[in-house]
Amino acid sequence: MLGRRWWVPWLWMLPALLLLATFLVYPGIDTFRRSVLDARSDGFVGLDNYQAIIENPNPLVADTHSALANNAMWLVLFTAVTVPLGLVLAVLTGRVRYEAAAKSAIFIPMAISFVAASVIWRFMLEFNPSVGTVNAVVTEFGGQPTAWLQDTGAPQTWLTERGPDEIPGPVQLNNLVLITVGVWMWTGFALVVLSAGLKGISTEMLEAARVDGANEWQIFRHIIVPTLRPVIVVVTVTLLINALKIFDLVWVITGGRFQTDVVATLFFKQSFINRDFGAGAALAVVLLLAVVPLMLLNIRRFQSEEAA
Amino acid sequence: MSLGVPVPAREGRPALGYWFRATWARLPLHAAVIGFAVLWSVPTVALLISSFREPSAIASSGWWTATVDTLTLDNYRTVLDQRGMGRSFINSVLITLPATALVVLVASGAAYAFAWMPFRGRGLLFLVVVGLLVVPLQMTLIPVLRLYAAMTVNEELPLLGGNVFGINSFTGIWLAHAAYGMPFAIFLLRNFFSSLPRDLIEAAKLDGASEWQVFWRIVLPLSVPALAALGIFQFLWTWNDLLIALVLLGDPDLAPMTLRITNLVGSFGSSYQLLTAAAFISMALPLVVFFAFQRFFVQGILAGATKG
Repeated sequence: MLGRRWWVPWLWMLPALLLLATFLVYPGIDTFRRSVLDARSDGFVGLDNYQAIIENPNPLVADTHSALANNAMWLVLFTAVTVPLGLVLAVLTGRVRYEAAAKSAIFIPMAISFVAASVIWRFMLEFNPSVGTVNAVVTEFGGQPTAWLQDTGAPQTWLTERGPDEIPGPVQLNNLVLITVGVWMWTGFALVVLSAGLKGISTEMLEAARVDGANEWQIFRHIIVPTLRPVIVVVTVTLLINALKIFDLVWVITGGRFQTDVVATLFFKQSFINRDFGAGAALAVVLLLAVVPLMLLNIRRFQSEEAA
Repeated sequence: MSLGVPVPAREGRPALGYWFRATWARLPLHAAVIGFAVLWSVPTVALLISSFREPSAIASSGWWTATVDTLTLDNYRTVLDQRGMGRSFINSVLITLPATALVVLVASGAAYAFAWMPFRGRGLLFLVVVGLLVVPLQMTLIPVLRLYAAMTVNEELPLLGGNVFGINSFTGIWLAHAAYGMPFAIFLLRNFFSSLPRDLIEAAKLDGASEWQVFWRIVLPLSVPALAALGIFQFLWTWNDLLIALVLLGDPDLAPMTLRITNLVGSFGSSYQLLTAAAFISMALPLVVFFAFQRFFVQGILAGATKG
């Protein structure tokens, strides 16, 4: 096998490897290099760019602390809501005859662009309660119209009257609203993948459990969840990666204003608007390093799958 | 089917009383599924209805107050009359179709090598490719931009327009989209390819079929669901992309729909009648593609998520 024309597989992979090397590997290495250079990528500045991320010397131009905190919030909340929601919906939609229609309705946000989604949500969240759907519902139930995308206050106080210039707390209302939009867009993905996995569970096993007197919750908890574990892990890792890399959604809806920046949007601002390539590259490296544990998890899962 | 309630054992039509009780017991299930489906659709429906309303009506009252006789196509006319709107729709097609074909073609070759050609370092190389899934795309833009700037061929591409290669070229953006989609494409296709029956492929090789014949006559025809799913994914991503177009296509004559609408947002601010219509025009084709190929979509994701 090995003796005969070892280069054949490489020929098959050549176009793909060339593309990957040019557009992903080389830029990755180049970013590491630029992260230790100055704003114009001329002089060596050591770890100054990384130090700036930690010390946050210029929060009005680029608030790195806020971006890191927001990204952490995205990572935890976005994933913690989307995966269970997708799982529950997969189980529920699997039991009705209009399953396909229900799944499509929830999947549609996945098929539209972030640009269209931003138009949709800025319209939904419009302040004027006679135009904005969300504020219309809120005022219908006696609440105050809220500037959902501008409000940096803590969410539990949104009923009280406050302005957008409130000092940002650790949990900002507008950030939670953006994460909710993220959940709206990605639940369909979790649902479709988990539901496909669910179809693989044998109905005999479920029926047997029912005959043995297990209730629906016990079946969910002790049969569906353990059997679906590999699929749940795939979905969770995918969503974690997407939460870390989240860019488009924040960029098109708030542009990172009102303290909603995440690491990727701040990177974009630093690189393309403030023209500080060094600071931007350092942020990109931080993002890449944050993804490494997930990558290892992905690889480990892969190896165990290969071994199986 | 798993209905969650015991099915009557006797023949013929179940008693009406039984039917009533069974439906009653399933009421919370229906309420939950329909509730979620409606909740998830409201924002898109709001956009759709608003896009048919008079500008003054949109600005002063909610979409839920609209009646059929007040709807108009004027907004669509105004948007389509905007300079460059029709052109941007064509641009989106010109960018998306070749980029999608390129990904499917290049990735299937590489995935075939990864699945069916043993070579030294195969596992490791595949892990590296999968690892590239997590590279934040924004990070690669500056190096790629510099590379393109150095390689730009400043001559007009026949038929399509734009430069022959580099910045402001269709060829340049095809390659970029193909490369960014490559890790996922290889991941998905390799998983599907390797789940094909080993006996079939080995028998063909014993009969003297070349790698090319096995690939072209056996593997590809059997992998239509995965290829279609990948094609749909790639179509949606490329169609919905804003970032890469923003960076690589500065020429307004080459701008795709997403870029054009973002500029509309800039120049029209919150004139929702135009934004909603423009957003819906950009969503139309992805939605058609999604609904037309939905079946493949689910099968293909399943192939990627759970190894057959």
